[in-house]
Amino acid sequence: MDYSPILISLKTACVSILITVVLGIMAAWMVYRAQNEKVQIVLDSLFTLPMILPPTVVGFFLLLVFGVKGPVGKFLLDFFGYKIAFQWPATVLAATVISFPLMYRNAKGAFDQVDRNLLDCARTLGMSETTILWKVLIANAIPGLVSGSILSFARGLGEFGATSMIAGNIAGKTRTLPVAVYTEVAAGNMDKAMVYVACIVFAAFVAVAILDYMSIRKERRWR
Amino acid sequence: MKKILIVLLCVCALLGGCVQKEQEETVTLTVAAAASLKNVMEEELIPLFVSENPTITIAGTYDSSGKLQAQIEGGLEADLFMSAATKQMNALVEEDYITQQDVTELLVNKIVLIVPKDSAYGLQTYEDIVKVSTVVLGDPESVPAGQYAKESLTNLGLWESLPQTSFATNVTEVLNQVAQGSADAGIVYATDAASMKDDVVVISEAPEGCLEKEVIYPAGVLKNTKYPQQAEAFMKFLQSDEARVIFEKYGFTVK
Repeated sequence: MDYSPILISLKTACVSILITVVLGIMAAWMVYRAQNEKVQIVLDSLFTLPMILPPTVVGFFLLLVFGVKGPVGKFLLDFFGYKIAFQWPATVLAATVISFPLMYRNAKGAFDQVDRNLLDCARTLGMSETTILWKVLIANAIPGLVSGSILSFARGLGEFGATSMIAGNIAGKTRTLPVAVYTEVAAGNMDKAMVYVACIVFAAFVAVAILDYMSIRKERRWR
Repeated sequence: MKKILIVLLCVCALLGGCVQKEQEETVTLTVAAAASLKNVMEEELIPLFVSENPTITIAGTYDSSGKLQAQIEGGLEADLFMSAATKQMNALVEEDYITQQDVTELLVNKIVLIVPKDSAYGLQTYEDIVKVSTVVLGDPESVPAGQYAKESLTNLGLWESLPQTSFATNVTEVLNQVAQGSADAGIVYATDAASMKDDVVVISEAPEGCLEKEVIYPAGVLKNTKYPQQAEAFMKFLQSDEARVIFEKYGFTVK
């Protein structure tokens, strides 16, 4: 029994969630502050797309951009001699792009619920915009941000389609849990697949349980 | 509304009449062929045969050999069966759908080492596969082409020294990942490689003797065919010199 997929998936999900949280909050902030409604709609749709599109379509675009023949992939190869396709960072890339919309939407929703008067108040007191982001916006949106990051973490852990397209299926390197499940089922090894499936189900269950626990606790605090 | 219906019915009746008339004149052979034969059959062989034999038309049905075997057992009225492996053909012979002497070992498909078109590794031989940094193969657990790849590399003593290897769940995936340049080299059937001449380069066939059995494509006329004469004619055509040239163009080796 090969346990490396479990470690690889955890590693991938942990690294990708760090990137996703930062990018998601920054994107949400950008859309939140955009003055022009049209700009807001276009950006919002764009940031949500990876969640709506099939992961294989996202994988297709990743190949187009980061593949050996894609602009970014070619740049990395020509200037740094680094090929990202079929290397471990590609699993992070796929997981990040796929889980980004979950983080973005949750952060945006959490920001929208913060009383805009608080922000104006902070401005009259002379706070800079970045300080406002940290001390007012994020501080008041923490529950939404946490639930967003938990959902993104779980989604990143389960990413399959885009991962197998850009990162391949290299045992001990890019074979994540979902890819391992697919490989074992294709080979008819149902009992091996079962172990991997159990890991994913367990992780997903824990993630949702933490979410529920938090929302219950929050309600109690409000009472 | 009624008028339109009547007109439609008339048209249908006319068309039906035409089709029936045509069936009386020409014979339609149903050929159940392995999916890897689809391109060569549809693009070249069938049009050529039909143009030479205007009284015969050919309907091809393509799927994996195992599924075709199941379909024939389930009542598919095929006149000819072209399998991508001897296993399925032998099964149908044993079950008495096909007579052993009607089976011909028609083609051989080789397995080949391929690299992306602009590969910088400069590979020369099949054994050079160990010189690249990422290899993609069909998963030997589930993909026949992967099993052949593993068998050949094991017999050459290279299986253990392979660089990092990604396992694909079908052979087309191997082909595409090499064509994309994601992997530096891969092993596929010669026919697969021939279908992507613009993107991949064939370095070499698997060396003689490193595979216990060749990848043979047998073909046979089914016992229950209503048109044994015409089916036989098509079999002859498949073994002719003009068919050989076409098969080779698509990467097959003719037995």
